Amino acid sequence: MNPKESVVFSLVAVVVLVLLSWVGAGLIGMHFLFGVLIPYLAFAIFLFGMVYRIVGWARSPVPFRIPTTCGQQKSLPWVKWSPIENPVDTKGVLKRMFFEVFLFRSLFRNVKLELREGPKLLYGSAKWLWLGAIAFHYAFLVILIRHFRFFSEPVAGLVRGLEGLDGFLEVGVPRFYLSGAVLLAAIAYLFARRYLVPQLKYISLPADYFPLVLIFSIGLTGILMRYFIKVDIIGVKQMTLGLAALQPTVVEGVGSIFYIHIFLVSVLFAYFPFSKLVHLAGVFLSPTRNLANNSRFVRHVNPWNYPVKTHTYDEYEEEFREKMIEAGLPVEKE
Amino acid sequence: MKIYDANKIIPGLLILVGLFTFPFLYNIGGAAPAPKPELPKEQKTCVQSLAFMKAGHMQLLNDWRDQVVRQANRVYVGLDGKEFNPSLQNTCMECHTSKVKFCDQCHNYAGVTPYCWDCHIAPKENQ
Repeated sequence: MNPKESVVFSLVAVVVLVLLSWVGAGLIGMHFLFGVLIPYLAFAIFLFGMVYRIVGWARSPVPFRIPTTCGQQKSLPWVKWSPIENPVDTKGVLKRMFFEVFLFRSLFRNVKLELREGPKLLYGSAKWLWLGAIAFHYAFLVILIRHFRFFSEPVAGLVRGLEGLDGFLEVGVPRFYLSGAVLLAAIAYLFARRYLVPQLKYISLPADYFPLVLIFSIGLTGILMRYFIKVDIIGVKQMTLGLAALQPTVVEGVGSIFYIHIFLVSVLFAYFPFSKLVHLAGVFLSPTRNLANNSRFVRHVNPWNYPVKTHTYDEYEEEFREKMIEAGLPVEKE
Repeated sequence: MKIYDANKIIPGLLILVGLFTFPFLYNIGGAAPAPKPELPKEQKTCVQSLAFMKAGHMQLLNDWRDQVVRQANRVYVGLDGKEFNPSLQNTCMECHTSKVKFCDQCHNYAGVTPYCWDCHIAPKENQ
């Protein structure tokens, strides 16, 4: 698909999902299906899908060390080496993974290349992708943890504290949460970047746009539900708590927007393990990041090495010595 | 079936499954009972419909504050054109006399801490 078709496809797909849940739960009233069955099914798909993907990766051997090295390897004592960019042991790898997982170091190292008049080649640091990515991921994490208030009674102190921090502006009723706005802004930026930068547009597929549109819609329905189209939040919590306690109940009179929101989240959960989003687990299993660059200190034997039949020169000469001498060929042992 | 680096993969899987099933483990004893706010006995209707109040009372109170404090407008036209004095302590609390038995019931359940009582004086519950 070309970029325009990809975007249209993603938008249409999400609109269809919204309409499906709106008609199904809001108009026809299939509350049990959209409020209980589909969320359970989606969660089961998510959990089994994630385990399936991880086990699939774990079954693939990684016989050689293939880390991407971005700094000086450990060498002679007077050569300064980069322990994080080029780790030699597990400790170094742990450091590297920490920076990768929590701070997106590889995106922070992003470099932009420009050809100026002269001709001059310019390399400059490009941090906008890193900023957009980190804002998006941390906003999403905060939102995910905040939602634990719908699945616990009494609500954990950590969640209350996070809510206080997130809503520290104390603007509006209900209190305005920064994370929601940051999430939408970051996704909008990531989407615009993908569509407006020609190189990125060229390599983008529906699989790249769809998750962005889907997560944007989840954020949007959540924000609409919290600030604009109000729902009976006690009824919502009875339902979500019922889901978590395996005693599902349906509370009548909760607005359709709740069902749209939970349906989109269910779609995200079910889609998660089979899409690019699985980098949640994949980031821990990238051999280019999680291997120590120790090929010079440790011998790595290929696990599927086959016992190869060999025939050395000594054996060869042993076999053909007389014939070789007859033919006047030099031999090592007379 | 061979799993490479099982000593790292298995704990990783356990952490993932543990994190995502945490809400289920947390509620293993069954769902906490739904709140039962005590409704006033004398009055049958509020300033707006039940559904509206359930979902939007916080917005209404906020609007009342703006209306009274910023516009000095002390008349609120509610359900069926009935007029009310937009006041938390004089109107709401007249019927819903107890904060503990009414407000806190749902607020604690939903895990929200409205800042009404930062300025208003909370009613003495023993009266």
